[in-house]
Amino acid sequence: MTNAFAIEARGLSKSFGDVKANDQIALKVPGGTVHGIVGENGAGKSTLLKMLFGLYRADSGDILVCGQTQHFTDPSDAMAAGIGMVHQHFMLVEPFTVLENIILGAEGSANLDAAKEAARAKLLMLEDQFGFNLPLDTPVEKLSVGVRQRAEILKALYRGAEILILDEPTAVLTPQECEQLFALVRQLKDQGKTILFVTHKLHEIMAVTDDVTVIRAGKTVAECKTADTNPEELAELMVGAKVVRKTARKQHETEIARLRLTDVHADGDHGLELKDINLEVFDGEVLGIAGVAGNGQTELLEIITGLRAVREGVIHMGGEIIANDRLVTNPIALRRMGMAHVAEDRLKTGVVESMSARDNAILGYQREKEFSSGGILKLKAIAQKAAAYFETQDVRPRNPDLPIASFSGGNQQKLVIAREIARDPQLMVIGQPTRGVDIGAVTKIHDQITELRNAGKAILVVSADLDELLSISDRIAVMCEGEIVGTMNVEDATETKLGLMMAGDKREAS
Amino acid sequence: MEFFTDMILLMDSTLRTATPLVLAALAGLVAERSGIVDIGLEGKMLAAAFAAAAAAAVTGSPWMGMLAGVGASVFLALLHGWVSIAQRGNQIVSGMAINIAVAGLAPTLANFWFQKGGQTPLLGDEARFSTITLPFADALADVPVIGALYSELISGHNLITYLAAALIPLVAWMLYKTRFGLRLRAVGENPEAVDTAGISVTLLRYQAMVIAGVLCGLSGSVLSTGLGGGFIRDMSAGKGYLALAAMIFGRWKPVPTLLACLLFGFVDALQGRLQGVALPLIGEIPVQFTMMLPYVLTVVILAGFAGRMDAPKASGTPYEKDH
Repeated sequence: MTNAFAIEARGLSKSFGDVKANDQIALKVPGGTVHGIVGENGAGKSTLLKMLFGLYRADSGDILVCGQTQHFTDPSDAMAAGIGMVHQHFMLVEPFTVLENIILGAEGSANLDAAKEAARAKLLMLEDQFGFNLPLDTPVEKLSVGVRQRAEILKALYRGAEILILDEPTAVLTPQECEQLFALVRQLKDQGKTILFVTHKLHEIMAVTDDVTVIRAGKTVAECKTADTNPEELAELMVGAKVVRKTARKQHETEIARLRLTDVHADGDHGLELKDINLEVFDGEVLGIAGVAGNGQTELLEIITGLRAVREGVIHMGGEIIANDRLVTNPIALRRMGMAHVAEDRLKTGVVESMSARDNAILGYQREKEFSSGGILKLKAIAQKAAAYFETQDVRPRNPDLPIASFSGGNQQKLVIAREIARDPQLMVIGQPTRGVDIGAVTKIHDQITELRNAGKAILVVSADLDELLSISDRIAVMCEGEIVGTMNVEDATETKLGLMMAGDKREAS
Repeated sequence: MEFFTDMILLMDSTLRTATPLVLAALAGLVAERSGIVDIGLEGKMLAAAFAAAAAAAVTGSPWMGMLAGVGASVFLALLHGWVSIAQRGNQIVSGMAINIAVAGLAPTLANFWFQKGGQTPLLGDEARFSTITLPFADALADVPVIGALYSELISGHNLITYLAAALIPLVAWMLYKTRFGLRLRAVGENPEAVDTAGISVTLLRYQAMVIAGVLCGLSGSVLSTGLGGGFIRDMSAGKGYLALAAMIFGRWKPVPTLLACLLFGFVDALQGRLQGVALPLIGEIPVQFTMMLPYVLTVVILAGFAGRMDAPKASGTPYEKDH
């Protein structure tokens, strides 16, 4: 083994307009190690990865692979140099089989049947070597997320990758699937592969990496052995200030269920079905809904907020029926009854991307007397309200005239939350409160949710982030395949328990 | 026996009317499988019909006509490609622009060149693809059933109809059995996956546009130099849209698309046969109503059966590669 690094970046910089996404980034990864890269959302991790994989070209600086300076113009150059990447959003063609996906772009023969057979032989050897067991002839769309990820890894290995970049690989996995991934990463390392493991979850860094590089605001702020550091130190380095995650909890006192779903059934998307949903949310508590994405959480939010019809069962808000098999109360009426909704998919249903932040600040409430009369908007009142939200929520940059799309995810979300709590709702329905939100804003949003809970509001939160649910919820219900697998007090909940339930194990649900 | 002969004749004209549909539908299929919506089939077909008729009228050769037709169609396909791929424009707008421009341009040019009120001169037999009598067709004509099937139904079509018949399996083979086909299908589903696999999305889509252009060019040529004897104003008469409907009904797959085209062809042939025929109970149906049949069928099919579920996922969205 030479003493050159498997992959090295020297003074790598990249700007988009005025924004310096990467500023003199340095990275040194010895061969045969697992190297963690941590940073907040927007710290510049993705930009760095895209440069390493030839998707972006650096403005300045060098990339070296095994001591050789590289000039990547596109991903095929990076692959030729032995770099493989598993993107956060998988680069798979869903109707294609695993085999077809793996050979795409590296078919060898122009005759597809011959190409497939040649690849199959090679793949079986690789599967043997690394302990894979993938259904090569099953269309990818029929596979679980964890299996798809393995297909992506095998695809990179098939192309001869010696250096594997895993971009936020655990974002979509259950805790059990994460464990399997870690085991695979260790095995790849044992076989001499070099792995770049990119994440913002610190316990993963501790669990699986040898060394870690911390990136903040486009700069390398630290590089150290994982064994010599701890999560608190890394969190501080990432954010640049001390963070306190835990918020004070208070037990709910009343017995009035603000929201009650009784034996609810509804048709979902992609053949999913909500079955026999029974839930209650009381005043003064946060009910968290956990589950792997796509197990009915979206549909659950939709039936509560009047966006999807219920086939059977009843939904009560306070004492009133808001939905049953013949009734869907529309979102305007629900708002007036005191329900606020922070939409799960912010850009699709929470805001109108091309509109200004000012207009987005009152979106959904434009009919209120405060903001319009006789169909004519009161522009002055709207501008004042938007300016007030910007102030109280510390939304940056302080310019409500900019289109909402030009704000970061965290600032968008802060504005949406301000809008939704402004009417003093009795019930808050929140989907993915901190998806795509930077750590600084996460703390603020969590504190705000807790404040509302302490003020006696009923809150239902759907989140894919277990850490988040464990830190803000009073009770947690777990969904799997359209059913509530079980509900538990947060004191009794652990990641392992929740993980098993998320995978559909009802024994934990007693 | 008379019923049998009637049916043979009906099938025979089904094949004839289905020919331009099949070719245009395959063109649309290749384009959409690559991720580019091709509502400009109608315009390309009309442009090819005009160019083919004009070139055949001037040179006296149907082959030169076909070359001109294919050339015109490929040119328009590349124009559409440039708008959709390089300029990331709206593909529906670009396609409709081609349709509208050609509908006006073709008769205007025809009038300018030939002074016949927007038509090309009637083509003589030597300037058209005449019907081909297959070997033994005459000899077998008197053999019961098989003879009639062979000599009336299979034999006696023009060259492009046979070419279309050969192109269906060829396109299917290309799509499912070659490396190019794998990449083409991938780029219509997830261009990012293709890009990160190190293949050029742009090049693939332009290639698809050229293939679509050639197929659509053949489709237009057969209208004016095979089935008809010259170009007349609006001679494509919505066939490009019918082809698009057939492709959607055929769920972007070659064989079901062929069957859908045959269904449209059959209804068209049927409406021809129904003209002026008194039906039992109903009596004679006014010709305006029978002529509506294929279009009514299109509306019914598209409204009833065509869920967009099977459409290539990236179809209609320009691919933006970030830098």
